[in-house]
Amino acid sequence: MEPIISIKNLNKVYASGFEALKGVNLDIHKGEIFALLGPNGAGKTTLISAICGIVNPSSGEIFADGHNVVTEFRAARAKIGLVPQELTTEAFETVRSAVTFSRGLFGKPSNPAYIEKILKQLSLWEKRNAKMIELSGGMKRRVMIAKALSHEPQILFLDEPTAGVDVELRRDMWDMVRGLRDRGATIILTTHYIEEAEEMADRIGVINNGEIILVEEKSELMRKLGKRQLTLHLQSPIDSIPKELDSLPLELASDGHELIYTFDSQKEQTGIADLLRQLSKHDIDFKDLNSTQNSLEDIFVNLVRSDA
Amino acid sequence: MNFYAIRAIYLFEMARTARTLMQSIASPVLSTSLYFVVFGAAIGSRMGDIDGVSYGAFIIPGLVMLALLNESISNASFGIFFPKFSGTIYEVLSAPISFVEVVIGYVGAAASKSIVLGCLILATANIFVDYQIAHPFWMIAFLVLTAITFSLFGFIIGIWADNFQKLQVIPLMVVTPLTFLGGSFYSISMLPPIWQKITLFNPVVYLISGFRWSFVGTADVHIGISVGMTFLFMVLCLTFIWWIFRTGYRLRP
Repeated sequence: MEPIISIKNLNKVYASGFEALKGVNLDIHKGEIFALLGPNGAGKTTLISAICGIVNPSSGEIFADGHNVVTEFRAARAKIGLVPQELTTEAFETVRSAVTFSRGLFGKPSNPAYIEKILKQLSLWEKRNAKMIELSGGMKRRVMIAKALSHEPQILFLDEPTAGVDVELRRDMWDMVRGLRDRGATIILTTHYIEEAEEMADRIGVINNGEIILVEEKSELMRKLGKRQLTLHLQSPIDSIPKELDSLPLELASDGHELIYTFDSQKEQTGIADLLRQLSKHDIDFKDLNSTQNSLEDIFVNLVRSDA
Repeated sequence: MNFYAIRAIYLFEMARTARTLMQSIASPVLSTSLYFVVFGAAIGSRMGDIDGVSYGAFIIPGLVMLALLNESISNASFGIFFPKFSGTIYEVLSAPISFVEVVIGYVGAAASKSIVLGCLILATANIFVDYQIAHPFWMIAFLVLTAITFSLFGFIIGIWADNFQKLQVIPLMVVTPLTFLGGSFYSISMLPPIWQKITLFNPVVYLISGFRWSFVGTADVHIGISVGMTFLFMVLCLTFIWWIFRTGYRLRP
């Protein structure tokens, strides 16, 4: 598939000497929702800023829909919309004038009907004449999105879009992002909420210490790295795991009432049958069992830990 | 050329002025009018003519220039400093616009405001003092040229400043003293010979002298030198702004 964003060997060293990006290579496909995960200071915002023209790359190349973002910045930037992490707005501007300004800045002629459509989609129409200073945090976040969408971009960057947003608004935003993707836009989002990536992303990238350490289809990632856990609720609590079972990935939980067995669901031999035989041999009965799969959050934590 | 972007920035900045008419227009017009009342009508009536015109008429070009320099610098520096301060500069940096369009938008708006202000001050001066304009074309040319040049200078200050104090320090500590000592209230020929030479290092002398020439037809410095020095300062400002955008100095890390 032709990438809509292509990053080749991108490096960024700030004047302080801090190396924020180290040889980043990344392709983002047209029409996908790509979630970029990483701990604080991993380089997520620097990467987005370099693509959008807010930060000068030290070396490497970035292409947006085939246009080099440095040498063909007009064509490249016209295709990109950015919702930054911080709620940065002109306090005394009205909602409508702020969004109209953004459209003009990106070289589009005035189109009140389109601005009205965006404001209505984002439930901002009633507030169109309100000053930014009068809006709640959630409303300001919506205005930031409206500004980013005002010039009809093909690529939308959302840097922590739901930070500090209540659950209801977060769900609304997820629906809106899916709607944009359905209309053909490519969405790249960074988030601290693993739930958000798990809920929305088609592909996941993990960045840590300025390096992309993994890019994978979300479903494939969860399938590959997703460990399953079998929890056995014991008939009677036990003090310790029998020595003969030490070699198994077992742990005792809930004051001896539960045994948790971790296994790789992709392996042909999960070891469950052997486990059950061993338990029976040691007269450990259970009254119930259930199995769970690791969440994306567990996967993310493990990846970042192993990279550290 | 992204004309829609230039228009958007220009209208955005002009709208800010419309929201703050008292501060942007009324206040400088009032404070300059006070100079006309005190130095022109009250004290000026007891002073002799200078270069063949009344003292009130003599100080008009200097006072207009004083307001023009301060307002051009203030408008342009605040226009670019505030988006940096509030963080909204990200939008300008990520938009498909070159530094030429950014400068035309911000500096064009700042210069427009200053020119309107200069015209209002001249109109107000007419209430208190009788004056003639010997070379109207050159008067307008100097007004426009100075407004643009010092708006460019203000734009540089706005990018350089990383706090509100720095935003004020150049206009208050450098530009205002240079304007007062640049012949706003006196002719350079009234100074002792040594000071007449030293004062030629003050760039504002050339602006005031040229502007005054367009009013009264006489000048401390040849009109050609005045125009040349103003253009030179404009070119220096443009070069520095080009360097700022090329390197990203204080704008794009």
